[in-house]
Parts: sequence; structure tokens; C-alpha cells
Amino acid sequence: MTPPQPPTQAEISAEIAALSGSRPGLAHPDRGYAPYRSSVLRHPGKPLVVVKDPEAVELTGPAFGVSDVTDLDSDLTRQHTGEPQGERMTVTGRVLDRDGRPVRGQLVEVWQANAAGRYAHQRDDHPAPLDPHFTGAGRCLTDDEGRYAFTTIKPGPYPWRNHTNAWRPAHIHFSLFGRAFTQRLITQMYFPGDPLFPYDPILQSVTDEAARNRLIATYDHDLSVPEWSLGYRWDIVLDGPAATWIEEGR
Amino acid sequence: MGTPASPAPLEPTPSQTVGPFYGYALPFTGGEELAPVGHPGTITVHGYVYDGAGAPVPDALVEIWQADEAGSLKGAPGSLRRDPVTGGILGRNGVDFTGFARIATDASGRWFVRTLPPGPHRDGAVPYLSVCVFARGLLHHLFTRIHLPEHAAALAADPAFGELSEARRQTLVAVEERPGVYRFDIRLQGGAGEETVFLDFA
Repeated sequence: MTPPQPPTQAEISAEIAALSGSRPGLAHPDRGYAPYRSSVLRHPGKPLVVVKDPEAVELTGPAFGVSDVTDLDSDLTRQHTGEPQGERMTVTGRVLDRDGRPVRGQLVEVWQANAAGRYAHQRDDHPAPLDPHFTGAGRCLTDDEGRYAFTTIKPGPYPWRNHTNAWRPAHIHFSLFGRAFTQRLITQMYFPGDPLFPYDPILQSVTDEAARNRLIATYDHDLSVPEWSLGYRWDIVLDGPAATWIEEGR
Repeated sequence: MGTPASPAPLEPTPSQTVGPFYGYALPFTGGEELAPVGHPGTITVHGYVYDGAGAPVPDALVEIWQADEAGSLKGAPGSLRRDPVTGGILGRNGVDFTGFARIATDASGRWFVRTLPPGPHRDGAVPYLSVCVFARGLLHHLFTRIHLPEHAAALAADPAFGELSEARRQTLVAVEERPGVYRFDIRLQGGAGEETVFLDFA
């Protein structure tokens, strides 16, 4: 059996163009988005069963506290004995629900490639240097205003094998908990002006342009620290019902 | 804080795939050991995550949130517990039931959780384990529920699932393999088997 040839960027770009603007007004990507080849066999073929009245199990969520996070967890540049390579930056923003209420005291987890575009993961065989001073995983709890903040270095873009000449735009993975399990979200934050955006089927899987733009952070010069770091701001809005009867400050 | 509710709902941040490299950030040692150490009521639920070709998915992440034996959903912090000196993972304290489990599938696509049977979270409720599945290739996570077989009849009477065929509804019920050990496979897509029923909380 001859393995099928990977598609060219032109073929993937044509598929992206054909789906662009589909699902207007819908924030979340279709789980079966063919230009992202890994999705083809990994999405349900049957419609999801709509549960109009979620049970309390879905309308509550796990609790995380000070024992789950250490002070150094939110500074990805201080997890080793030396300085990591790359452009130091801070990323901050608020986690809100769809009513604009801050999501307080909840766990935010991030992971990312190093400045050279390589993950500290055994299965990342991209021939870019590993950085002994950078692992790329962090976590924090949101404060009373729903704010999170991380100090890290800007991740590099990296190749992947979805198609020939496939490169991921620089991004940071975010994992979020809300007040309800239904608000659970894993997403990716991108950087403004990245020339790789139009070529990337994972970002372009969000086919509504306004929704896609919500994945891109804003550079905030007032957040930049002289001689030290650049600042990016990115707010996150969690979808899904939250139980109104839960004490908001939980 | 007193933030007034916005007149129009805010637009949600879109989901993106967990990708292949979450392994050093999300899973934690003991993530599958939800039952307090030595609890006599401990059960094991295990299974595989399969794709549409019937191949196991080695890079999926399964999360579980559930009531405790008494039906309480209060949860307790301390699922992740970090060492304040080294930042390393201490794991659970083995005493509290936190209600939250996080399990990465292994190289063979298999996962398991050792937990306690959930109690009814309200009078007359059918207890279950709420499951959230992430995987490389899955652009938006999926929710499902694990029911223990003794609750299969109550599940069949639940109007929310009345439209489903018997075969589809059975995908929400674990199979007891031997006392205290249950099998629950998650099929992301039909084709090689009956696709798991996934839920949309409108």
C-alpha cells in the first residue's frame, strides 16, 4: 500500500477558501473541518443530543485552590535555573462569562512551544533547538475580577505535517474552567499580524471572521515594561450555561 | 465587584484543538485516582477512545466530574496539588474526594479512572459521571455521560434520551466486566462501531 501523498498548501488553501464564511455567526469550529486532516476520523457523524435542561452535574464544576497552584507557576521564565531564550512578554486578560461576569478563582492553564518553535515534548521532532531553561507550561487562578496573567517568552512558529509546507502561526494553548463544567474550554491565543494566519487550517477552522479575530491578542504598549518585556492583552469569554444559583464568588 | 450584566451577551471565544503536545501541561500524576486511598467502595471504569476507523486514539484527554457517594457536587480543591518548594506535582492527598479526574489515553488509546459510584445529586436523579473528551484532531471538545448498569432502566425512562435507539442509548451505559470493574469505550465517530452519544447543552 503506497501512502497517500500529503496535500499541497495550494490544495489546503483552496479547501479553506471554499469553507470561509460558512457557519456565519457561529463561534466554534465545525468538529469535522476537512482542511485539518486529523479531524476527519475524529468527529461525530451524528448530531449531538441536545440537553435543554442540564443537570446539576454539568452546572457545577471542579474546585481548584491555592494548593493546586504555586506562585511560580504563572512565570514560565523562572521554572529553571537560567533565562530562557526569546522575547520576554506578559500575557494578561480577563475570563468572563457571556453575561460579562468575571469568572473568579478558576484555573487557567497554558502551554506553548519555545522561541524556536519546539515543544519540550518527546514526540516533537522538529529540528529546532530545545531550550534547557524553558518547558512552556504554566497555570494560575483568576483573581476577583477574573484576571489571569502570565510571564513567558514569545513562542515561535513551527512546521507540522498536515500538508506539505504546513506551518502553525505562533500560539499559546489555553485551558479554562468556568463556574460550570459546561463552560470548559480549550483554545489557542494567536499574535497580531502573523503572516501565517491564512495558511493555517486550525485557525481557519473558525470560519466566521469576527469569531476568528477573537482568538488574536492585542499588543498593549502600556503593558510593556521598559528594558524587560512586551505586553499582550487577551480576554476570554466562556460559552455554555452557568448555573445562576451558584454563588458567583466561588 | 458589582459588574452590571451586559445588555447583549458577549460573544464566546472559539474552541481550538488541544493538539498533540498537551502532555506536559495538563495530565498530572494520579489524575485517574479519584477515589480516596483504600476506600472500600472504589470502582474502576476503563475503556478506549476510538476514531471512526476503529483505531484507538493515543492522544486524547478524558476529564471526569461527578458527585460524591452522597450526591454532593461541592467538590474539594486539591486534585492537582503542587509542591510549594519545587513546583512539582504532589498529587492528591488521598483523603478528600475532589470529584475531578483527568486522564490522558495511553499509547494504546486506553484510559481508566478509579472512583466512587456517584450518588443522586437530587431526589430521583439518575447518577452519572460527566465526561469531557479532548483529542488532537477534535476542534471542539465533546461531552457525554457514564451511567452504571444499575441505572440503565432509569436512563431509558429519561425523556431527554427518548428519541434514541436502544443501541445508541447503550453507549451511555458502562458494562460491568467483573465486580467493581466497568468498561466504557468512547467512539468519536461511528463506522467501526456505534458512535457514542455526545451531548450539547443548549
